[in-house]
Amino acid sequence: MNRRYSWFNITSLTLGFAFLYIPMIILVIYSFNASKLVTVWAGFSTRWYGELFQNEAFLDAAWVTLKVGLASSTLATVLGTMAAYVMVRSGRFMGRTLFSGMIYAPLVMPEVITGLSLLLLFISIGLDRGVLTIILAHTTFSMCYVSVVVSSRLASFDQSLEEAALDLGCTPFDAFRSVTLPIITPAVLSGWLLAFTLSLDDLVIASFTSGPSATTLPIKIFSAVRLGVSPEINALSTILISIVTFGVISASLISKRAIARQRREEQEALQV
Amino acid sequence: MAFDSGSAAFAPWEDPGQKPLISFKSVTKRFGNFTAIDNLTLDIFEKEFFALLGPSGCGKTTLMRMLAGFEAPSEGTIMLDGQDIGPIPPNKRAVNMMFQSYALFPHLSVADNIAFGLKRSDMPKSEIAGRVEEMLSLVQLSQFASRRPHQISGGQRQRVALARSLAKAPKLLLLDEPLGALDKKLRQETQFELMDIQEKTGTTFVIVTHDQEEAMTVASRIAVVNHGKLVQVAPPDRIYEAPNSIYVADFIGDVNIIKGLAKPESDNRYAIQWCENHAPIIGTSQHAFASDDICHFAIRPEKVSITRDRPTDRTNTMQGKVLEIAYLGNISTYHVELPTGQVIKAQQANNRRISRRSFTWHDSVWLSFTDTAGVLLSQ
Amino acid sequence: MDLRKLFLILVPYSWLLALFLIPFAIVLKIALSDYAIAIPPYVPTLDGIGNWSDFKTFLSELDFENFIFLTEDELYWRAYLSSAKIAFLSTLMTLLVGFPLAYAMARAASEWRPTLMMLAILPFWTSFLIRVYAWKSILSQEGYLNQVLLWVGVIDSPLMILNTNTAVYIGIVYTYLPFMVLPVYAALEKLDDTLLEAAEDLGCSRFQAFWLVTVPLSKPGIIAGCFLVFIPALGEFVIPSVLGGSDTLMIGKVLWEEFFSNRDWPVASAVAVILLLLLILPIVLFQRNEQKQREAEK
Repeated sequence: MNRRYSWFNITSLTLGFAFLYIPMIILVIYSFNASKLVTVWAGFSTRWYGELFQNEAFLDAAWVTLKVGLASSTLATVLGTMAAYVMVRSGRFMGRTLFSGMIYAPLVMPEVITGLSLLLLFISIGLDRGVLTIILAHTTFSMCYVSVVVSSRLASFDQSLEEAALDLGCTPFDAFRSVTLPIITPAVLSGWLLAFTLSLDDLVIASFTSGPSATTLPIKIFSAVRLGVSPEINALSTILISIVTFGVISASLISKRAIARQRREEQEALQV
Repeated sequence: MAFDSGSAAFAPWEDPGQKPLISFKSVTKRFGNFTAIDNLTLDIFEKEFFALLGPSGCGKTTLMRMLAGFEAPSEGTIMLDGQDIGPIPPNKRAVNMMFQSYALFPHLSVADNIAFGLKRSDMPKSEIAGRVEEMLSLVQLSQFASRRPHQISGGQRQRVALARSLAKAPKLLLLDEPLGALDKKLRQETQFELMDIQEKTGTTFVIVTHDQEEAMTVASRIAVVNHGKLVQVAPPDRIYEAPNSIYVADFIGDVNIIKGLAKPESDNRYAIQWCENHAPIIGTSQHAFASDDICHFAIRPEKVSITRDRPTDRTNTMQGKVLEIAYLGNISTYHVELPTGQVIKAQQANNRRISRRSFTWHDSVWLSFTDTAGVLLSQ
Repeated sequence: MDLRKLFLILVPYSWLLALFLIPFAIVLKIALSDYAIAIPPYVPTLDGIGNWSDFKTFLSELDFENFIFLTEDELYWRAYLSSAKIAFLSTLMTLLVGFPLAYAMARAASEWRPTLMMLAILPFWTSFLIRVYAWKSILSQEGYLNQVLLWVGVIDSPLMILNTNTAVYIGIVYTYLPFMVLPVYAALEKLDDTLLEAAEDLGCSRFQAFWLVTVPLSKPGIIAGCFLVFIPALGEFVIPSVLGGSDTLMIGKVLWEEFFSNRDWPVASAVAVILLLLLILPIVLFQRNEQKQREAEK
């Protein structure tokens, strides 16, 4: 009991999370710095946010990124869920090993290789690089993530539920729609969210597969970052960090509340 | 009721000259506001097979964990061999524990699990292999020495855990629900094995269990624990035949309890007024009751005979109707409803393989028992 | 019903074939081609192959010249070597930072664990690029770290950290820390506390129990975490190009420059093929570790 609050554990937690969070906190604080010099504090100002919203190039890039993210994550969720279902439920079929290899390989593939290979493909089939090619590229690697998330849920759920549905007169498709899908929905949703985040985040693959007509936000940030530290990028980063923080915290609160409610209901059921 | 424990029998607790191996002296353990052990005093003697019996949450596991050193008493002292073990950490105590989950190290082989404790002791390396071999043969697992825990059956795992905790030849072995994970048949076999091993090694065993049959089978003495207090500490036969409270009578085995008023007759004979228009029950008690004290007459079902006609040679008789019959193979239990509405359980051994079923539902029957068949309890 | 199943298999299957496997075949083919000042900048191309003899001449024009070139030019094998070194050392450092954190998380009271988990995962959802970028203003010559160190008086003149390999190590440890923490935490969290009690009961001190029980039992998590850091770190491009200096040699960066700056597609492809070959061993080992884990859980 007392071992749970040892000084060693408290120190590790403090240092570990300080290491993880201090750089981001500094970034956020200095996005409100009035000075152009990022390392010297010159008073509070929201000036860089104003300039950021004036910057057409950034706004365009943000729009492209959002379009790519929404399209590719949705496509990846559909394909990834199908792939997961095939992996978990289809038993043996021709080329299954190759299939599972192709699902798992992109997870560990260096982005430079994936990007390069897709670019060479698009060139050799003569597809002009732009929003479409980025969507195709992002769909390909993020569907693998979705399928891993969904298949772990599929593998852990009781197959007799599906059998019960069939026994009660469902067609296989009905059973999937009315039993399997509702149960795996949380996994599908988190798969979608993961795919969306990966797409928003990706620099390398997007750099290879985008053309001059389509620049995503990470590409824009990268070219600015390479030149040095800029307060506008700090402001942009702060906005992105806030969105993610808000999303993650509310997601965890929702799931916490759901767990608490389930527990309460179970307890009430026991008392009846 | 005179109890003959046999003069030659092992009963160090009856000898005031014996020094206990373990003694709890006014031990209290609190977790926050919850008192797990409440001012408990208890002596356990060398070579005893001592059972701590009670429902879950009664404090029996806390008692054991204090012996092992995983919990420290909030108040009081625990002595082992005359030494206060309070400040001694678990790894320095001559006490070993067999865990309920067995806690076998999954990354080590059976032999390495058994050798684990020996390697931490001052036993020379050259002797460890021999000791492991000895322990393996004690639990009959020599051919499984190189297997991993997940490659053997549950019963074998249980024996590895036992061998591992015995390997260091502790003064005291603690067994936490050691047979809880085994099925009934295996459990019964293993109980005898445990007793055999305890006798062979001469180690003092303290076992925690919620299974009263198990406690009755293996233990030399049983402590019935409830709400952090000892309710009764006695050998199994005494616990069963002479419970000191309704709680113990009810917790161990099956019992009929009849509430009434005590009317002293002579010496230790009492007439128990339990119903307006029925003859009183005649019983005996070692324990004195004043006239009109509220008392509870407790009688085991197997001590109640069931017959069609009223027996003439029994002190206590009562008529009733068969309500339920439970056929258990070796015995049958009859639930008989008295005219007062009270239901009394009576048991009869099925001695003959094919006998005419004497009684059936709604039959009118007579229940009878002698004046020494039951005990009188005040609470 | 069978048709439906076929459809279910075929759609993701053909997608992956077209956009994952075929592109690799193309990379391999271009790696065997020659550089040309043309569009596309390599020969031979597959256009206009109508019959078998054309295909044979096409095949005969492929050669291992680029791979020979890679072995001859010191730059490439030094880049591979230095990538491997950086990836290996930073994996080790990530483990050193990540293990105590994961351990403390797993030992924390159960009502705290979901919150700690969330805190560990949150950076993972935040943009990778931004997290790398955040270090730029910390590590630069006039950055916050130097300011603090000068103020405390540990150093007299600012340290040169940004644009060196040290910055790359810091960047890798920082960005990949969640990948190490999560699998190690998962392994430690499953660890049955009674095993530690049993070890203590059998005479171990707490420290011995840690080495003899906790560490061996969290090994699968440690191995998984190490691969999850090592494999992507080996091909890392963003971190060396944002935090590293001109002398930071990492193969991901070399490939990028070969492709975008030198426009030498065949050499870039050859670099990619070799990187992939180097990664096959760790990937296979990683998959085997995962497989063993899954079987152990059954």
